Amino acid sequence: MANSESKEYWRWTESRWTNPDLDWKDGDIISAGVDVGSVSTQSVVMVDGELFCYANMRTGSDSPDSANNSMNWALDGTGLPLDKIEYAVGTGYGRVNVPFAKRALTEIACHARGANFMYGPSIRTVLDMGGQDCKAIRCDHRGKVTAFLMNDKCAAGTGRGMEVFADLLQIHINDVGRMSLVDVEPEPVSSTCVVFAKSEAVALLRKGWSKEKVLAAYCGAMAHRVVTLLERLGVENDFAITGGIAKNIGVVSRIEKELKVTAPEPSIDPQLAGAIGGALFGKALVEKARKKA
Amino acid sequence: MKANYGYKDGSGEYYITIDTELCNGCTKCVEACPENVLEVVENEMDPLAEDLVARVSDEHRKKIKYSCAPCKPTTEPRTLPCVQSCEPGAISHSW
Repeated sequence: MANSESKEYWRWTESRWTNPDLDWKDGDIISAGVDVGSVSTQSVVMVDGELFCYANMRTGSDSPDSANNSMNWALDGTGLPLDKIEYAVGTGYGRVNVPFAKRALTEIACHARGANFMYGPSIRTVLDMGGQDCKAIRCDHRGKVTAFLMNDKCAAGTGRGMEVFADLLQIHINDVGRMSLVDVEPEPVSSTCVVFAKSEAVALLRKGWSKEKVLAAYCGAMAHRVVTLLERLGVENDFAITGGIAKNIGVVSRIEKELKVTAPEPSIDPQLAGAIGGALFGKALVEKARKKA
Repeated sequence: MKANYGYKDGSGEYYITIDTELCNGCTKCVEACPENVLEVVENEMDPLAEDLVARVSDEHRKKIKYSCAPCKPTTEPRTLPCVQSCEPGAISHSW
């Protein structure tokens, strides 16, 4: 079993975390955000707008199950029962299927808000590179969306595309970014479609290209694709990337080079941005309801 | 907020842009659109606000190329019904 699992090159590491300095019993507003994405599901619990615990795992075939599993894992060992969460927000593709969420919000608003929390109020342009889509977002100093553009029609320029390449080249998904940093940059693969890019990559391998060079050609094509998306929207500094691809230095460095900007190093797992945004909206919605009452 | 609905694929760019700062939620565009592409709902990008704005319905976002094809200018330039109906001028297109 261990042998067959080690061959799953696309399989990234799931994680969970609890803030050791925070006691939920001292908190006033406990809010949560659950981001059920196409590939990964994150649950984040915040106490008065501060990170309390989170879990990040793969989305299964059933959205409600994925939401429940990730929330249970996040709460595991914290002593916080689910019913003490005052407001839970569902976001992402499976947002309407989060059983314990009071409201479903679009992931675009949540990612802008989350990026604002993670990278600071100076962020004006957010690129979310998710598992199955890619979003370019402009926001103001409060993380409010001022413009956006989304592409979810195909898997080019997304995490899933990178998983396919990790599998094809038999390189672990955690290593593809680093390995793609070759001395001489090859011409990017001409097709951005994952299926065509894959057959093009196979042809290049047969021609004798090294794995590193093929990866470089694919990362280059992926970066170029999202750059055209960003340019349509206009890029304003500061610029940040969220989503799983933000951990891929090969794609990130090529986007930075093409746009002539620098994306800050994420202090927290960039995959969490949507769920963090959801939890922050949860808190704001509680405050709004209290003010009205 | 400038909301771009649509996509880009091998055959071109298909985006409808709605400026929510200008949109007053009057629903005239909804009535003007022969394919029912537009709808007026709560602003989903600003969950704390309660104003109503126009957007492209989920059903049409991935097929704007086809949904909007009947209104595309063929021989001479013409203003699209949605753009024409919008008094504050909140709607624009990428084509």
